[in-house]
Amino acid sequence: MKNVSYIKEDKIILKDISLQVEEGDFKTIVGASGSGKSTMLKLFSHLISPTSGEILYRGRDMMSYDPVLLRREISYCVQSGGLFGRTAEDNLAFPYEIRGLEMDREAVAALLSKFGLGQDVLREENRSLSGGEKQRVALARTLLLKPAVVLLDEVTSALDQENTRIVEDVIRQLNDGGTTILWITHSPEQSRRLGSKLLTVENGEIRSLEVLR
Amino acid sequence: MNNAEISTASLLAASSLVMIAIAFSYRQKLKLEKEILISILRTVVQLLAVGYLLEYIFGMENPVFTTLLILFMTFNAALNAAKRGEGIESGFAISFVSILAGTAVTLSVLILSKAIKYEPYQIIPVSGMVISNAMVALGLCFRNITSQFRSRREEVEIKLSLGADMLTASKGIIRDSIRTALLPTIDSAKTMGIVALPGTMTGLILAGTSPVLAVKYQIMVVFMMFSTTSIAAFIACYLSYRKFFNERQQLR
Repeated sequence: MKNVSYIKEDKIILKDISLQVEEGDFKTIVGASGSGKSTMLKLFSHLISPTSGEILYRGRDMMSYDPVLLRREISYCVQSGGLFGRTAEDNLAFPYEIRGLEMDREAVAALLSKFGLGQDVLREENRSLSGGEKQRVALARTLLLKPAVVLLDEVTSALDQENTRIVEDVIRQLNDGGTTILWITHSPEQSRRLGSKLLTVENGEIRSLEVLR
Repeated sequence: MNNAEISTASLLAASSLVMIAIAFSYRQKLKLEKEILISILRTVVQLLAVGYLLEYIFGMENPVFTTLLILFMTFNAALNAAKRGEGIESGFAISFVSILAGTAVTLSVLILSKAIKYEPYQIIPVSGMVISNAMVALGLCFRNITSQFRSRREEVEIKLSLGADMLTASKGIIRDSIRTALLPTIDSAKTMGIVALPGTMTGLILAGTSPVLAVKYQIMVVFMMFSTTSIAAFIACYLSYRKFFNERQQLR
């Protein structure tokens, strides 16, 4: 991100932000609500474009990439999970469908089990899943086709301690395998425990970037 | 056919019926009195104007005039439908193309199947029905697609972020909007003849046509409503969903 600003309806959300994310990085992001951290992730996932400045991905301006192919490499999971369709399977089949592929049931089952979920969850209707199950299905949906960069927006805020631990382990393993992680978290303790770098955002600006380990 | 006449005096007496709606609106504080009056005045003025115009055009028997009149009706219908989709860029152009396509296909089938002839006294009333139905369908379609893109914003963004293109991310909304546009036509077809004797049939019977012949015309009308509303809604939805995205396939 080079000198990126984002203005929405005359309101400055991000002010002249410059930030480098290395391949394989694990950055946690903290900041008060409304500080602009979610906007930052939306910019990285190319769901919005900067008002000024540029975002480079692998050395090239994001604007020069096909937006669809770019988003297949940089995957984003939101706080509410946001399941769509009728069942969990509708959600987990979606990443395959959009690529014209058949759902790989084995891969889905393997990933679900990492999240502590059985295959029976596939047939469950979204509305009968608990908040924690929904969030884990949404995370599985994000990670299924192994994106190079994973953006997480307070994905454990609805989870209990045990499920939070499960999710953290999966993400840590992904990062060990080379996946770049940017994780917004509401908990200062979690942000220090997980990431290798901690980014603090305040009023649309980067207040600090600490190297944790 | 009997020549069933309706005198101006009886029509004036019947206008008192509107007072019921106005009184109701006043009592219930619906604040619709002005709108009811304006709509009634517009009905009277527009229909009288059309009546005289039609008499003139029917007399001309000129296909160019007939075609121009169809385009004029489409233009007005498109203007009206586009109002329901305020905020949709090029809403008028989308409405015009969709209504015109729906009307053209329907009329072509009707003419080729010899159900009607390209003569003003047949083609103009039929086009009027078809175009106004398409207009209502598009109004519903635009209102629905606009509100769904607002309420399902997160869902669309999640699908985009998973790597879906904008069409795939909008499929659910497009489908819902086409459904919404078609449901009134389907519902009215279901209850036709049971709940109410529909317009064309009522008109023909009032004018003295035999009920069986009137029914045949009505069935044709139902067929043409289905084709026009579905073609118009389909084209309008597939053209308008793009307007909710920018060139980087991001929601506006």
